[in-house]
Amino acid sequence: MSFLNAENSLRSWLLTRDHKRIAMLYFASITFFFFVGGLAATLIRIELVTAAGDLVTADTYDRLFTMHGVIMVWFFLIPSIPTTFGNFMLPLMIGARDLAFPRLNLISWYLFIAGGLVTLCALIFGGIDTGWTFYAPFAGVYSNGYVVLGVVGVFISGFSSIATGINFIVTIHKLRAPGMNWYRLPLFVWSLYATSVIFVMATPVLAMALLMLAAERIFGIGLFDPKLGGDPLLWQHLFWFYSHPAVYIMILPGLGVASELISTFSRKTVFGYKFVAWASLAIAAIGFLVWGHHMFVSGQAMYASIIFSFLSYIVAVPSAIKVFNWTATIHKGRIHLDAPMIYALGFVGLFTMGGLTGLFLAALAIDVHVTDTYFVVAHFHYIMVGGSVTAFMGALHYWWPKMTGRLYNEAWARVAAGLIFFGFNLTFFPQFILGWLGMPRRYHEYPPEFQPWHVLSSAGAAILAIAYLMPLFYLGWSLFRGRPAPDNPWGATGLEWQTSSPPPKHNFDTPPRVMRAPYDYDEDGVARPQNG
Amino acid sequence: MWITTLWPAAASQFANEMDRLFAALLLIAALATVSLFAMTIYFITKYHKSRDVDRSAPHERSWHFEIGWITATLVIFVGLAVWGADLFVRQYEPPRNAQEIYVVAKQWMWKIQHPDGTREINTMHVPSGRPIRLIMASQDVIHSFYVPAFRVKQDVVPGRYESLWFSATQPGRYRLMCAEYCGTQHSTMGGWVVVQEPADYARWLEDQHQQRSLAKQGKALFASLGCGGCHGAGSTVHAPPLDGLYGRPVPLEDGRLVKADERYLRDSIMLPKSEVAAGYAPVMPSYAGQIGEDDLVKLIAFLKAAPAVGDDRQ
Repeated sequence: MSFLNAENSLRSWLLTRDHKRIAMLYFASITFFFFVGGLAATLIRIELVTAAGDLVTADTYDRLFTMHGVIMVWFFLIPSIPTTFGNFMLPLMIGARDLAFPRLNLISWYLFIAGGLVTLCALIFGGIDTGWTFYAPFAGVYSNGYVVLGVVGVFISGFSSIATGINFIVTIHKLRAPGMNWYRLPLFVWSLYATSVIFVMATPVLAMALLMLAAERIFGIGLFDPKLGGDPLLWQHLFWFYSHPAVYIMILPGLGVASELISTFSRKTVFGYKFVAWASLAIAAIGFLVWGHHMFVSGQAMYASIIFSFLSYIVAVPSAIKVFNWTATIHKGRIHLDAPMIYALGFVGLFTMGGLTGLFLAALAIDVHVTDTYFVVAHFHYIMVGGSVTAFMGALHYWWPKMTGRLYNEAWARVAAGLIFFGFNLTFFPQFILGWLGMPRRYHEYPPEFQPWHVLSSAGAAILAIAYLMPLFYLGWSLFRGRPAPDNPWGATGLEWQTSSPPPKHNFDTPPRVMRAPYDYDEDGVARPQNG
Repeated sequence: MWITTLWPAAASQFANEMDRLFAALLLIAALATVSLFAMTIYFITKYHKSRDVDRSAPHERSWHFEIGWITATLVIFVGLAVWGADLFVRQYEPPRNAQEIYVVAKQWMWKIQHPDGTREINTMHVPSGRPIRLIMASQDVIHSFYVPAFRVKQDVVPGRYESLWFSATQPGRYRLMCAEYCGTQHSTMGGWVVVQEPADYARWLEDQHQQRSLAKQGKALFASLGCGGCHGAGSTVHAPPLDGLYGRPVPLEDGRLVKADERYLRDSIMLPKSEVAAGYAPVMPSYAGQIGEDDLVKLIAFLKAAPAVGDDRQ
């Protein structure tokens, strides 16, 4: 009797307190939002095939890129890995029966859905034309979109992030199985811990800033508009104080996933475990001190910019540490190129390219030229799509047999993984060149000399769209017709693989006792499970 | 529709310097990417599960490697940070002899005002080989003045003056674009910077038949707004004299000392209570909402041109 078929009523799903079922609810919700955001991206890429603005009007175009950003950032990327695979795997990986606060976990899903619906209403009623960054004074006074409604939706969903963060932190501190000390935690758990700290510390700042924006828009309280006595840069400081750490909310869980996958499919322990673990916390901590690098040309003081530039280079060091350690991990490993590993290797490549182009943007003089151009657009898509979404796909293929108890078609999965890597690069690499040549972002129409690169990018987007749709079919097929999965199909060491697939409602028939560190393999590449 | 270039035109002093840094970064990024991909492919081929190779002697002292690559990346990154910051700092302060042009941004156009009163919209004529300093204001939302060929960009934030300078090297036409999203027609808010040889530029300026300089227009405004009633020579109201004020240090009522630059002059008109000159009562009314950005630059040009009484500078 697994958690999936323990009870079957709709009520048993909608009022469940089982972290595994809540993870499934989240999974269905964010998959929906991913395709809504993807639809907006599709229309944007079709519009940009030609230099003239001929598919949609400028106002519609502005609403499309705002919808794409708002949905993808707050309703897909931020919740993506933590609320699905984190929610599902965290208690299993540390040998617990559930998260520390199961009801809070369910409430957080309802908050997420409420926030998502309010935001969707704003988009359906007529949309928002501010961009996802809601820059003042445009968003506070000049915009004629449904800014307040959208802001309220994001505000509500923020409480879902905070609830998840608190739940994870308490769970990791208090519910580890006997013998599961901190250096025996899988690296995915370390990355979730670092992510949760940011959830709890940064999200309230966004909530406050959004309330201030709503107050200015509804009551005309002068906070950001100079005509009312406000300061536009105050908005940018508050917004990026949240939104830069939020970038790490989006990528840290992906870094954790990569460590799991690379170790498992190399049948070898992670090189430099402690460095990889602490790098996550270092990124989370230093990530709070770099927000000003979004503001180098905003009129921010010169010395502030110099310090933010320097700290931005420092925060890149722990990311680089991870890449070095992953590469060292596959050295002398026993490489299995199953679909999750192909996603993981793709992730490392794309994350590295995203990180390296971040070095360009952190250099003050270069940022002056390329900020607010397609160079920035390409850079953060390499991190958030090439990085986070690829890691999400890797995690999905890795834990799918555990979550559903079914295997999927390996060949199709590999083709999709390869196609995503190719389509992604074709979509976004030309955008680096566009930005370097001087093409600003958020342009409905553009000078004709940029067209060839836009055509290439849109062609890549078509391939990427197909590649992202493919798993819907072969995973959907697997859900109903797939062969039953063994408990530990990949020969991994973590506790989540030592229970049945799918796990029983109470996770473990006998509470596990942890005997050793994760990622322990003998010389023939056979796993030594953490509990045995 | 053909790809004609991979390197954008470089037409300013700064562009050439910045491009060297960009090339260096490109080299580092390419080397790092190629070595990562090459190593990964090599390892997954050599250590594929089907291959019977030596997998013994895993790394004993992994922290030696860790310290090594942490140090190496730190050194490279700090070097890049210093290089980028050095260029930025040198680009931040305009040379003293820079020729000044006022720019007013609004949804959705760039209004250019030359010191002699010549106005342009969405086109800016400048001479080559001379440092040009733009003093920019926005009438509504944030815009961003961006000329890719000069590699310069500066957000124009409403409520304050922003400044940007460049020295164009090559005569020609270069795109001017708005880089900060500003609403419906954001993508068409742009035009051209026309760089001319100094002689051609002088001829162009002559042709504009705009005899009234910005400072002269400002003088007329000064009179029509009644500023002279308090600040004039024979006034009975105790108000600070403005002649020769520009560029001088001003002691404030709260003990601070500020420089009377464009920002100070602007704030004194729009937010007169914020920085009251020492020895004067805060009786000046605010002109926020009364004077548009266009007129404000004229007033400031006038104030800057007013010489101190008895000043022997010419």
